Amino acid sequence: MTHAVDPARVSLRDAVPASTDDLTRLRASLAARASTEDLLDVAYRDLDTPVGRLLLAATDGGLVRVAFDGEGEDRVLQELSDRISPRVLHAPARLDAVARQLDEYFAGRRRTFDVPLDWQLSSGFRRSVLTHLATGVDYGHTATYAALATLAGSPRAVRAVGTACATNPIPVVVPCHRVVRSDGTMGRYRGGSEAKRTLLDLETAAAGPVRVQAAPVGRDDPPV
Amino acid sequence: MPDPPPVKLPFETVVATHGATVLRVCRAVLGPVDADDAWSETFLSALRAYPALPADANLEAWLVTIAHRKAIDVTRATARRAIPVAEIPERRHTAASANDRDLDLVAAVAALPPRQREAVAYRYLAGLTHAEVAELVGRRPDAVRRAAADGMATLRRTYPGLADEDGATP
Repeated sequence: MTHAVDPARVSLRDAVPASTDDLTRLRASLAARASTEDLLDVAYRDLDTPVGRLLLAATDGGLVRVAFDGEGEDRVLQELSDRISPRVLHAPARLDAVARQLDEYFAGRRRTFDVPLDWQLSSGFRRSVLTHLATGVDYGHTATYAALATLAGSPRAVRAVGTACATNPIPVVVPCHRVVRSDGTMGRYRGGSEAKRTLLDLETAAAGPVRVQAAPVGRDDPPV
Repeated sequence: MPDPPPVKLPFETVVATHGATVLRVCRAVLGPVDADDAWSETFLSALRAYPALPADANLEAWLVTIAHRKAIDVTRATARRAIPVAEIPERRHTAASANDRDLDLVAAVAALPPRQREAVAYRYLAGLTHAEVAELVGRRPDAVRRAAADGMATLRRTYPGLADEDGATP
């Protein structure tokens, strides 16, 4: 028996199919079963937004990481694997709520996030700064690094506050983009200054003019 | 400079890198229907054990070992359910599209005696050495080498275009 059409060699590997569609289906069902059997320590998904593609990651405890495209997916997943658990799987379902809330936020229809947060990638003073930031600086407002230092109870630790913001593991949701320098310039941002500008502009457009909050910060404080 | 210490990859990367090979092995050993079950059981089991696996382990060999055990489980379960074995499609005598030819080749693999089928799958789809295959299936390396060679010879009698998997063109 001969092959009239294609006498070229066939590799056994090429002949036994393993299509992308089949693998996508199998991987999705693996993630679902892993979740059911309590074997999914870190679930992640992508989300397209006006500040580029974000990677969202959650543990049982809540949202643990938001990463910008520029941070590199491979590097971020490796960091999650090293610091939390190597049981990391692409599992969008566990991140449905936060993805929906982020969509609403970027559409200008949401001002606060209502999702559990897992703070384990941040510790000590940095964590204290970020938890104060998460509740103390409202949508459409900004605070200076100095004001945030005061809010966190260490008025002189301005530089450390800058580091805390620059290493915020949950940007956007924990709004380090609302922290600016006292001379009015934006300061550094994990997602790049353009992303910071986009987020501030978005909140300004949806909330009216950005107001700078003085410390101590309160919802009804007059603009300074 | 010494090599950096081995890094344990996130499991998603393991699935992305080795998922296709494990699926091919499961399909060659079990056929398309049971292969999905064996693939899922393999990766679920691997996920369970993964945190304790040394970072420098040979991931593909480790996964194929698990797949082999799962294939045995699935075969036993299928036998217990006593579902009749699907008929091998009748072989075409004219080569049609490349796709049809590939399907025929898969059917021909499925028609090999079990030991030849395993040897061919683990040696040529998973890329294990004869010694590794021997350890996996609990047989002697020369027996595995013979089974793999006999299996490939049978496949090549039907499909002269099948590449010599060690690199030479037939």
